[in-house]
Amino acid sequence: MAYSVPHVDGEPDPEFGRSESRGWPMWEVFVRQRRGMSHVHAGSLHAPDAETALQHARDVYTRRVEGVSVWVVPSSAIVASDPDEADAFFEAIEKPYRAATYYEIPDEVGQM
Amino acid sequence: MTTISERTSPAERFQAIIDADEKVEPSDWMPEGYRKTLIRQIAQHAHSEVIGMQPEGNWITRAPTLERKAILIAKVQDEAGHGLYLYSAAETLGVTRDELVELLHTGRQKYSSIFNYPTLTWADIGAIGWLVDGAAITNQVMLTRTSYGPYARAMVRICKEESFHQRQGYEIMLRLCNGTPEQKAMAQDAVNRWWWPALMMFGPHDSESTHTSQSMEWKIKRISNDDLRQHFVDMTVPQAEYLGLTLPDPELRWNPERGHYDFGEIDWDEFWRVVNGHGPMNRDRLEHKIRAWEDGEWVRDAAAAYAEKQQARRAASRTGG
Repeated sequence: MAYSVPHVDGEPDPEFGRSESRGWPMWEVFVRQRRGMSHVHAGSLHAPDAETALQHARDVYTRRVEGVSVWVVPSSAIVASDPDEADAFFEAIEKPYRAATYYEIPDEVGQM
Repeated sequence: MTTISERTSPAERFQAIIDADEKVEPSDWMPEGYRKTLIRQIAQHAHSEVIGMQPEGNWITRAPTLERKAILIAKVQDEAGHGLYLYSAAETLGVTRDELVELLHTGRQKYSSIFNYPTLTWADIGAIGWLVDGAAITNQVMLTRTSYGPYARAMVRICKEESFHQRQGYEIMLRLCNGTPEQKAMAQDAVNRWWWPALMMFGPHDSESTHTSQSMEWKIKRISNDDLRQHFVDMTVPQAEYLGLTLPDPELRWNPERGHYDFGEIDWDEFWRVVNGHGPMNRDRLEHKIRAWEDGEWVRDAAAAYAEKQQARRAASRTGG
C-alpha cells in the first residue's frame, strides 16, 4: 500500500540523525535466484546476529521462492569506492580501443 | 557532451542526474530539501505498510475458509515485508530505524488515512484488496520511476507483490457477487464505504497541493494527484460493472469528449478530519502499534542477549586456542 500524507498547516519538520541508538547491526542481503547465477544484492535488514540475519533475509527477501541460496554480510564490512572520485577511479572511459566496436571489420567478412 | 560526473559543483551534478532521468544514490550529494522530502515520504509509506496490517489482521481469525485464512496471512506478511523494504530505503538517507519508529509512535509522522477506517465485514477484505491495493498500485507503479534509487528499487519489489493483493481482493468480491443476495449486499455495502476513502488516497487536488510541484521537479513524483486519481477511476469503473456493483457516486458517468469518467467531489472535510487524527480508528491503530512494540520488548532483549553471548563464546574460544 502507499501514499504520502499531505502536509497539515503548521506541521513541524522533525530533525533526523540525532538518535544515539543505532539498534541492531545492519546486514546486506545477497540472493542467488537459481543455480548458475551469481548472488545479487537484494537489500538490507537489521538483525542481532548472523544466524537471525539469515532467517530474516529468507522471510523478507524470498517469500516467493526467489532464491536457492542467501548470503548476509555485515554492512560495516563493505568497502566502497568514492563516488566523487569515480572519474579518476574508472579510467576505462579513456580507452575506447578496449571495446569491440572500436575496430572496423568489412561487411564481407561476416559476423565477428 | 559532458558526462554527469564531469560537472563541477555538487548541485550541478545533482541537477544533471535529475535532468538525465538517472537515479540519485545514497552517496550522492543532494539538496537538504530533497533528502527531507524523501525521508518524510518513504517513512510515511513504511508506516502505512506496517499500520496497514491491522485492518486486515482483524479478519485472520474469522476468514471463511482455511484457504482464505492462509491467503490473508500471506498478504499481511507481505505488508510487513513492504514496510521493511521501505524503512531500509529511508535509512539510506541518514535516519535510524529507531528514530522512525519513535516518530510514528509519538504521532510526529503519519501513515495513510485509509487505515483509519474499520473493517466491519468479510467483504471489506475483498474491497480493500480490490480498491485500496488498486489505488496503491496506481501510485506505486508511478513511484518505480522515482528519482531516488533505493526508493525506486523498493517499489519495483513491492509492485511485483501487490498484484497478488489486488487480484485476491477482486476474487473475493467476485465470489460474493455470484453468491446469495445477502452476500452480494455485503459486497455492495463494503464498496459503499471504501470507494470514497480509496479516492482520497491520492491526496488533495493539484491546485491545493503545495508540495507537489517541487516533488515533480525533483522527479520524486512523476504524475500529479488528480491524474493518478482519474486513471484509477477509469480503470475501476468497468471492474465494478463486471461485478454488478454500483459505485456510490451519482455524478459518475463516461465523458466521451474527455475520454474519461467524470466523478463527483470528494468530501474534503472528512479527508482533513481523518488526516488530523479524528477518523474512526486513528487512536486504536496507534495504541495497538505501540502495545505490540512494547509487548515485543522481551523478544528483542532476548535476541540481543543471545547475540552477545554467542559473540563472547566465539571470542573466548579464539583466545582459548
